[in-house]
Amino acid sequence: MMAIISRGFSGRRSAAVVKLPPGQYLTTDFPVLSAGPTPNVPLDNWQLTIDDGTKVLRKWDWESFRGLPNETFTVDLHCVTRWSKLGATWEGVSLDTLLAEVNTDASYAFVHSYGDYTTNLPLKDLLNQKAWIAFRFDGGELALEHGGPARLLVPHLYLWKSAKWIRRITLTHEDKPGFWEGLGYHNYGDPWREQRYWGE
Amino acid sequence: MSSDNDYLDGNAAAGELSSIFATDITAAEGQCANCGATKRFAEAHVYMQTPGVVARCAACEHVLLRVVNVRHRIFLDVRGMTFLSFDTSQDRRTVQAAS
Ligand SMILES: [Zn+2]
Repeated sequence: MMAIISRGFSGRRSAAVVKLPPGQYLTTDFPVLSAGPTPNVPLDNWQLTIDDGTKVLRKWDWESFRGLPNETFTVDLHCVTRWSKLGATWEGVSLDTLLAEVNTDASYAFVHSYGDYTTNLPLKDLLNQKAWIAFRFDGGELALEHGGPARLLVPHLYLWKSAKWIRRITLTHEDKPGFWEGLGYHNYGDPWREQRYWGE
Repeated sequence: MSSDNDYLDGNAAAGELSSIFATDITAAEGQCANCGATKRFAEAHVYMQTPGVVARCAACEHVLLRVVNVRHRIFLDVRGMTFLSFDTSQDRRTVQAAS
């Protein structure tokens, strides 16, 4: 009994207290994962578009995007490569704000990055204060290697869904797998249900 | 990390690919389906710090090959190459010498 108590109060307290999704370990740094060259888009050329696959529904340049109401939020990140980073503070525009004037009956979102990265998710996972387009991290500008100038953040799903260097969101009626979803990674990717790969 | 040096060369993918190909892929020549450049696979730009392994054309950065190694299955995508050619002359000599 004594041994159990003393073990619980010494050593790896943070690991003992913090609840992580299954199969994840805690990290305090912020590993960089990139499937390709880091795009460096000058802010003068940067655009964010929401379309329906044929026509543009909303479009912002950097100035108009930064003029939107933004929020500071603190979230936990879970990467499918098994690290979790807790309590990261970001600044960004909620997808609720970006989609507020979009009239659609689409069910899915297909996200394109600068470069060739894509990812897919149900549109409802972008709504109700669950997703942001972030442009500041930890009090500073969002570094290029972490997806700057702006990246998607959908912290309740594995981090590969949070597309870095976001460029376009296409709203569709039919789901289409993105870069990793098409090659073995789970279509939805809920870390708490450990949906890493196909069939999980 | 700079945007210029976050990839390795094709040899870095050799280990991952050795479980798929019987022949050493790094010596093979592949043609990029995007720009048509034909290069030895060893020259490809390989990104390892990802949920899979991504090899890109050294000329245009188009994806040549992707490998994902999940629990009990390996996924391979080679749509980015119009062909991959293996020089078997060395192998044949080895076989003959051994027989
Ligand atoms: Zn090419």
